[in-house]
Amino acid sequence: MTRNIVVVTAGLTVPSSTRLLADQIAEATSAQVTARGESVDVEFVELREVASELATFMTTGGIPTPRITRLREQVAAADGLVAVTPVFNAAYSGLFKMFFDALDPDGLTGTPVLIAATAGTARHSLVLDHAMRPLFAYLRAVVVPTGVFAATEDFGSHGLSDRITRAASELAAAVLSQGDYGVGGFAPDLAARPRRTSGTQVESDVTPFGDLLRGHSGTD
Amino acid sequence: MQFGIFSVGDVTEDPTTGRTVSEAERIELMTKIALKSEEVGLDVFATGEHHNPPFVVSSPTTHLAYIAAKTEKLLLSTSTTLITTNDPVKIAEDYAFLQHLSGGRVDLMMGRGNTGPVYPWFGKDIRDGIKLAVENYHLLRKLWREPQVNWQGQFRTPLQGYTSTPAPLDGTPPFVWHGSIRSSEIAEQAAYYGDGFFHNHIFWNKEHTEAMVKLYRRRFEHYGHGAADQAIVGLGGQVFMASSEAEAKRVFRPYFDNAPVYGHGPSLEDFSEMTPLTVGTPEQVIERTLGFADYVGDYQRQLFLVDHAGLPESLVLEQVEMLGTEVVPVLRKEFERRRPAHVPSDPPTHASLVAAGPDAPHHLVEPARARAEELAKA
Repeated sequence: MTRNIVVVTAGLTVPSSTRLLADQIAEATSAQVTARGESVDVEFVELREVASELATFMTTGGIPTPRITRLREQVAAADGLVAVTPVFNAAYSGLFKMFFDALDPDGLTGTPVLIAATAGTARHSLVLDHAMRPLFAYLRAVVVPTGVFAATEDFGSHGLSDRITRAASELAAAVLSQGDYGVGGFAPDLAARPRRTSGTQVESDVTPFGDLLRGHSGTD
Repeated sequence: MQFGIFSVGDVTEDPTTGRTVSEAERIELMTKIALKSEEVGLDVFATGEHHNPPFVVSSPTTHLAYIAAKTEKLLLSTSTTLITTNDPVKIAEDYAFLQHLSGGRVDLMMGRGNTGPVYPWFGKDIRDGIKLAVENYHLLRKLWREPQVNWQGQFRTPLQGYTSTPAPLDGTPPFVWHGSIRSSEIAEQAAYYGDGFFHNHIFWNKEHTEAMVKLYRRRFEHYGHGAADQAIVGLGGQVFMASSEAEAKRVFRPYFDNAPVYGHGPSLEDFSEMTPLTVGTPEQVIERTLGFADYVGDYQRQLFLVDHAGLPESLVLEQVEMLGTEVVPVLRKEFERRRPAHVPSDPPTHASLVAAGPDAPHHLVEPARARAEELAKA
């Protein structure tokens, strides 16, 4: 089974150091998955290309453009996510946040996520743990322990690639262990598994009205 | 098929003049829209209900009763009645009273409302929105159908031996629609009771509207009220017309660009593509509107929004006039031409419900109950 990893990158320039970091993480993650004997597809989402459509989505109370709908579905269907943002004023960029605000609240439930950020100085490195990790914790994603932070100077050091490899290895392991809920002799409790949804479709398995009315018909 | 106007009753500055009408002027304009609607041959006027600025529409039955007194044929409706925060006992009384005053020219559309703080102002919790809509509407049906109601629910004080007065005109409760943009539970509710389903349509893409209506139709059939294509569907629409497309866009653009809800966001052109908004000639409006039936199926009611975003009286009344004289006559003919014989043209009216007699399913609190129990056993 080919796993599918989506890389969301919020760099604003071309070329961008955020994209550069995203490329390296994507490559390392692919290598880590294939090293475990599995295949992987990596898809990039450049948020700059959908910036105005995200603004439209926000200013219309959530009317989706066809491309926003596709992205919401793509992310919800991913086996793993790599999220990379530049640091703006001690946090992720507004564009980065706007994308995750446009997802269904259950769009990343249980999804393994690798967080990464770029900045001009190492003094911003706590952005990973003070801004990004809480965001994905709120979305009930599973953030791998190692985050990757790259200040400009890190692009000339050995430490960066070591951290990328470690984080990629953690993400690969998380992606490949998904769905492996069964313990020897016990059937997995499928009902208890987290439910993920893109929120782009009208639910066809509607709750029967008898269930909605239970306790509200005035007689029981 | 019924055509008409629905208004949300916002008081918004006219961006081309900087002038904001008074509440008195806004209420007067809504009245004029209703009277004009009847004059030019439209069938329905529906008022919104809100309990916060910038809206004036806090007392729909007061307004609709006034309009009823000044009209002969116009059907009075709501878009929407807040089934969540209103006491269903008061809804039962107010709209039954309006039935008597208007000679049965009333139906209403249930909605949950869209302003968070309104819930706590009325002692409710927005997180209970669906449950409130389910419980309150069920009680409303009982109040209109049972001479004495005993009730113990979750949200209001219990009732023992309560009789709602006046009883519905001719013992026949008004027809009810349920409006919802996104909640499948509300489409399910409309289907369960065999009520109408209305999709606002103007703030969403057509694929979504199509999916919501399809769900309602499928469940309507499931509960045994008829075939899916016989379910009672209404749609909203938003138009602005002039003699040429360029002129329509020139006049409407400043109102669009500064409109509440979507102003300062997408362009007029993008929004016209994303949603059913049509700014152009009456012919373009006719063509676009006829296309709605291609994705929701043949339907029974089309309401247009024409009076928001600070549009001045002269422009608004002109739009109503063009709808009545140039657009709707063609729509009536064309919609009937494509409608199969077994699909009803009109939603149920007071006259048709009275004619169906006291034993018709409409008089049951839960017309689909036996069928639902059968299905549950199978």
